[in-house]
Amino acid sequence: MNLPFSAQLINLMASLLLLIAFAMLSQRRILSLIYLFAWQGAVLCANTLIVAWSTGQPHLYYSAMITLVLKVIILPWLLHRLIVRLNIKWDVETMINIPITMLIGIALVIFAFNLALPIAQWAETITRSTLGIAIASVLLSFLMMITRRKAVPQVIGFLAMENGLFFAATSTTYGMPMVVELGIALDVLVGTFIFGIFFFQIRETFDSLDIRNLEKLKED
Amino acid sequence: MEILLVLALPLAGGVILALVGHRRYAAEVNSLFSFLTLAAAVRLAVLVVDRGSFVAMDELFFVDPFNVFLVALTAFVSFTTTLFSRPYMRNEAAKGKLSPNMMRLYHSMFQVFGFTMLLALLTNNIGILWVAMEAATLATVLLVSLYRTPASLEAAWKYFILCGVGIAQALFGTILVYFAAERVLGSGGNALLWTHLYGVKDQLEPTVLGLAFVFLLVGYGTKVGLAPLHNWLPDAHAEGPTPISAVLSGLLLNVALYAVVRSKALVDGALGTPLAGNLMMGFGLLSVVVAAFFLSRQKDVKRLFAYSSIEHMGLTTFAFGMGGPVATFAAMLHMTVHSLTKSAIFFVVGHAVQKTGTQQIDEIRGLNITNPTIGWGLMLGSLAILGMPPFGVFASEFMILTTAMREHSWATPFLLIALGVAFAAVFSKVQGMVFGDTTAQRLPHPPALVPVFVHLALVLMLGLYIPPYLAAWYRQATQLFG
Repeated sequence: MNLPFSAQLINLMASLLLLIAFAMLSQRRILSLIYLFAWQGAVLCANTLIVAWSTGQPHLYYSAMITLVLKVIILPWLLHRLIVRLNIKWDVETMINIPITMLIGIALVIFAFNLALPIAQWAETITRSTLGIAIASVLLSFLMMITRRKAVPQVIGFLAMENGLFFAATSTTYGMPMVVELGIALDVLVGTFIFGIFFFQIRETFDSLDIRNLEKLKED
Repeated sequence: MEILLVLALPLAGGVILALVGHRRYAAEVNSLFSFLTLAAAVRLAVLVVDRGSFVAMDELFFVDPFNVFLVALTAFVSFTTTLFSRPYMRNEAAKGKLSPNMMRLYHSMFQVFGFTMLLALLTNNIGILWVAMEAATLATVLLVSLYRTPASLEAAWKYFILCGVGIAQALFGTILVYFAAERVLGSGGNALLWTHLYGVKDQLEPTVLGLAFVFLLVGYGTKVGLAPLHNWLPDAHAEGPTPISAVLSGLLLNVALYAVVRSKALVDGALGTPLAGNLMMGFGLLSVVVAAFFLSRQKDVKRLFAYSSIEHMGLTTFAFGMGGPVATFAAMLHMTVHSLTKSAIFFVVGHAVQKTGTQQIDEIRGLNITNPTIGWGLMLGSLAILGMPPFGVFASEFMILTTAMREHSWATPFLLIALGVAFAAVFSKVQGMVFGDTTAQRLPHPPALVPVFVHLALVLMLGLYIPPYLAAWYRQATQLFG
């Protein structure tokens, strides 16, 4: 296969993204999880820049800027501040042990590529081959949310899922229109603030950020 | 211009109440803004009846009979809820459950929540629709945990995570729609506008749109509370302040269903197969059955009526899924009467809970002895929601059932059994709460029961007689999906 240089770069970025998604899944330390999340944002931003540069889509430069500011700087900084103030560092407990989680992850990736196949067929973008990876990283973040016991990793999983969706948008359509992207960014930012408020409320009430405390409401 | 007014008023209300929401007169300010929004919404509705659908502000917003009817309903129920919330929240504050800051948050977010719902209804852009739906979750999530009890924190966390994950699916669906539309309409904003999408719906790539609909249905369906994605709903309704339960149940679920129905109309045009309708019927029927069987096991009165909301939203989804003029008409009528009846029930239940100091059904007894209006309000509201004639719910359920018998007869036994089980469960519980020896006490602030009877009177009227302009309005909306 003979791909242009930019397409090769984009594929490289996509595989980095998949790598980071797996790294997050296997990570036990919460601080490293936040660094990985920032790295994911950085790769996303670089990918958007490459797509913007190689296709000449001016609005993608703006969305790369938003990604840089929001996902590489503000959100990791907010999360970092939160865990410093809540004084938690080695806090990741998983429900299923990590090797099994990784195996489930691999199955998810295969499923994602199958799901992406009929859609990518119709795409005319140079990024179409990466749609499978985009869906895979959404599913892997989802898996991370399900398997983590503590509140902070769940939230990072949630934000990583949004990153995956953003990647899906750039790989199928060169990104959503600007108004929508700004709206989504605003929602994500407000959402993170609310999560922060929640962490404090949960801590105040239960003295820990363990989600097991939040499993009392059940049908009997 | 008219549209802008409908949106600007609640937003301004949210900002002003963020500053003065803790003052003594905040509840009146809240009602005032909701009343002005209602007036603007009515004006917009009159305009649509006169001129037909139109777009505004560079095609950013659009109104047609379908969304303007929901706008009017949303504004109306928001207004009556503020009337109910005035004495209700004062009683809560008198019990020492709320600090001034919490009151400020509550009043401000109530208006912001109204704004996000109206934005979701009025926007022409499916991307903005998504943003507004997410914002509606964000506005209410801190209200669900307003009391800071362990249970309310858990409910809010569940609500946030489940709806967040759900709505992420809807974003993926939106991306797929954009992807399909971009090939026909070219890149840029136009490919996300309902008005443009409907124009080219038969040219959109069917495989992509079929997949997109699955994601949109699962995503927005989580917010509608369709089984098996309904887990957040009873918790959030039971643990939040009752005015919020009333608007969540009466309005937010409708708005989420609106998103699903609009997507269905688009996907139907592209696919030419009944896939979308069948999926909606499946999810709807499952919700009706699951909710009906959970109803009998409820011990908490607010959870009881939350499950009843799942049942009714399931029924409405089923009716929209069947499609055709009668079923769509019935579904819209059902949306209206459910929203009016259910919010009325939550108003009564809110005061009943305050009077007895518990949400446990077994401990609420003899409501009609201390305050016959509350007792009879609950009785009549429950009879209405259970589909007793002559209330409007009977009319819509009758139309849905007869259409189902004719076109999808396999579904009728499930529906009839579920409705029967729901009747037995709810009626026996309500009977115990209304009659018998009383456990209720007097409240420091007299409850506002006018909204309850206004709602019930409207539901009664819709059961006996649908005013011609309203019927014409429903029919016009029905044609959009015919």
